[in-house]
Amino acid sequence: MFIVDMQKITKIFGELLANDHVDFQLRKGEIHALLGENGAGKTTLMRILYGLYQQTTGDVFINGEKAIIHSPKDAIKYGIGMVTQHFALVPPMTVAENIVLGYTDNIILDQDSIEQKVGAAAKQFGLEINPKSIVRHLSVGQRQRVEILKALYRNASVLILDEPTAVLVPQEVDILFETLDRLRNDGLSVIFISHKLDEVTKITDRVTVLRDGKSIGTVNTCDINTRQLAAMMVGRDTFGVTRQTDINPESKTILEVENLSVLDDKGLPAINNLKLSIREGEILGIAGVGGNGQKELAEILCGVRIPTSGSIKIDGTNLVGKDPLEFSKLGMGRIPEDRHEGVVGDLTVYENLSLEYLDEFTNKGVLDRKTIRNNAENLIKKFQIKAKPTDKIKTLSGGNMQKVLLARVLSRQPKVLIVPQPTRGLDVGATEYVREQLLEQRNRGAAVMLISEDLDEILCLSDRIAVMFEGEIVGTINTQDATPEKLGLMMSGALREVA
Amino acid sequence: MTENTEEKRLRFVKTDNPPFWVKPLIPILALVGTFILTSGLIMMANANPFEAYYYFLLAPLGNKVSILEILVKSTPLIITGVAVTYAFSTGYYNIGAEGQLYAGAIAGTWIGMSAHGMPSFVALPLMILGGFAAGVAWALIPALLKVKLAVDEVVTTLLMNSIMAYIVSAILNGPWRDPNSGWPQSPEIAPSAVFFKLVPRSRLNFGFLVAVALVLILWFVMNRSTFGLKMRAVGLGKPAAKFAGIKVNRTILIAALISGGIAGIAGVAEVAGIHFHLISEISPGYGYTGVIIATLGSLNAFGVGLAAVFFGLVDTGAQTLGRALGVPVYLGEVTQATMLLVALGMLLLQRYRIRRM
Repeated sequence: MFIVDMQKITKIFGELLANDHVDFQLRKGEIHALLGENGAGKTTLMRILYGLYQQTTGDVFINGEKAIIHSPKDAIKYGIGMVTQHFALVPPMTVAENIVLGYTDNIILDQDSIEQKVGAAAKQFGLEINPKSIVRHLSVGQRQRVEILKALYRNASVLILDEPTAVLVPQEVDILFETLDRLRNDGLSVIFISHKLDEVTKITDRVTVLRDGKSIGTVNTCDINTRQLAAMMVGRDTFGVTRQTDINPESKTILEVENLSVLDDKGLPAINNLKLSIREGEILGIAGVGGNGQKELAEILCGVRIPTSGSIKIDGTNLVGKDPLEFSKLGMGRIPEDRHEGVVGDLTVYENLSLEYLDEFTNKGVLDRKTIRNNAENLIKKFQIKAKPTDKIKTLSGGNMQKVLLARVLSRQPKVLIVPQPTRGLDVGATEYVREQLLEQRNRGAAVMLISEDLDEILCLSDRIAVMFEGEIVGTINTQDATPEKLGLMMSGALREVA
Repeated sequence: MTENTEEKRLRFVKTDNPPFWVKPLIPILALVGTFILTSGLIMMANANPFEAYYYFLLAPLGNKVSILEILVKSTPLIITGVAVTYAFSTGYYNIGAEGQLYAGAIAGTWIGMSAHGMPSFVALPLMILGGFAAGVAWALIPALLKVKLAVDEVVTTLLMNSIMAYIVSAILNGPWRDPNSGWPQSPEIAPSAVFFKLVPRSRLNFGFLVAVALVLILWFVMNRSTFGLKMRAVGLGKPAAKFAGIKVNRTILIAALISGGIAGIAGVAEVAGIHFHLISEISPGYGYTGVIIATLGSLNAFGVGLAAVFFGLVDTGAQTLGRALGVPVYLGEVTQATMLLVALGMLLLQRYRIRRM
């Protein structure tokens, strides 16, 4: 008998078939991976199990009995706990308060007794954490531990982890895996959502692969290798876009950033005295765990955040103090980290394509509609955007939206290109297209800054790699000298290196 | 295994692309909804609901006099609706059209009183420009607070309305109190400053032409001008507009001032077209109704025009109804308000589809 048995689950969002008759069975005391690319339907399936969504059709059985799960509250009653990518913790409260929040009926909160209970539970499950700590002061890995403890404290016998390693440095991942291994031996069943093959083969007992909302199959992890899993996941042998040529050693420096500092939205230092440079025809990869100042760096270089000090020079011209329009005109090609902050969803494709250069599409204050339409039609053809000029941007897929942004920028042949997380959330085809475009820009002679949390992407595209940690660049190395281990150490701040 | 009937029920599902037949259906459904909701009240007033709705919505369309009256009543509503649309399209929630209207009315009255001996073709443009400038001035403070200090404009524009109400009262009880009657009303404006009639022996005047022109200008600005695209981009996606290099704060400031200026013209139109002097009851809330009209018209120029004329019809119908059936005039107002709520609800619901799942 299975502890969780999901039968023929189908979920439709509007026109989108997110899950298509998916079967999923979880045994007691196993770590079961749910593997698939972004958008394959993994998270949707688990949100149905956790009561965040209701399936369109299909049934869920818990311990052999049909379960109707309308909300996370119902799911908790069935012994299901979920740790999402975005933690549901209240930062100014203590660990103990966060854990009992919503799970106590007492009108008066006895701090000492809950701290004692939570402390005992932490010990019992081997999750080392001080119940008196304020959550705000904890690292990401520790916060994740609090989330796991929260689920276990509510007597979860099934734990769903949604891409738990995405926010962790390699060393924290090891600790997490040790914990999961121990919990499995104590009889806990874990569902491990991931798209990282090495993690899946390392920690899980069985794997269910999803692709395009359908279940491709469930296999025992020990019977399969990563290549076979990859083939199941993408439906073909994987191949990637990689950099072919070396950089010309004589090419000159185009972008120079010096002494850059800025505060984040909470007024805390996000970037300290950052210094970097990129040459003509070079891709500089910026690696690092999310939240170490990459977002702020990208925003400054895009002209939408003003640094407290420092200079940004393109061919010797300082851009600091200028507005985004002048950034564009001086040769800074900018793509925002969040696509939705780069396009206006309710405007059409042709309007969005003209938005950055409106003065060139204006005749005495009136829109030059013919030129705008021609421009849009050309770019749609050239960048293979699957849309009509009159479609509203919000109806486009993520990949096509990204192509609109790329088209808007690349049609200007910028000297510098800033691309933060350019392939996040895109499918394989769109990802490859974007990477090809970046390499093409590099070969044309642009200085490209690729900020990415995807190490494989950084390793296969960059000429040099700079690692950011706590708002500083802790090292810059040539890609041929970079190994994932070395980068991992630098990303966790344990190693500093200057090339 | 038994069929699970509990899981299959009708649900609302959000959709981005409502089918084309939904939009024309909305007014009809709104009307039916309102009829059902209000017919009980009408029967309590000893009237036949069908007869009441005939007088309310159809009778005013049956003769020339009341059709002209509908256009007269819709004139200030068209203008304030247009005014509010500029601001709302840019994501600036100007609730201050009422105060801006009175600012324009004061300026218009002042120019009109000083226009003795001035030919009409000078006096009228001057009054309109003066009203526009006064509206701009009254809109300036909240707009600057918004773009410089990020102070919420809903609060400030609303409070400015109260300030303006007291300023009007102070002027009418002070310097402009009518010397002959002693009433709190200003002296009359010069005859050459009065908006000329479009149809003899009616109240329909030049102000209606101004309103129609403002609708056409709104359409052109929003759909054909570069500044209109900038306003829409800022209103629909501020971060993306900023990213693309549009000067967001400047766009908001200009839109807020245009909005105030046009609301000021509504004040001029009421003084010069209807009352010929300033009184404190020039507007029974035209500025606030403008917000509703802009929303009901989906911030589309012709939608706003249509919504305003519909309000004019309902206003006229409420009076016809009261006269014809002897029911309280308040019943007309209740119906009007109900219709408004139902219509707004419908606008919200059109974004959903019903699914059995």
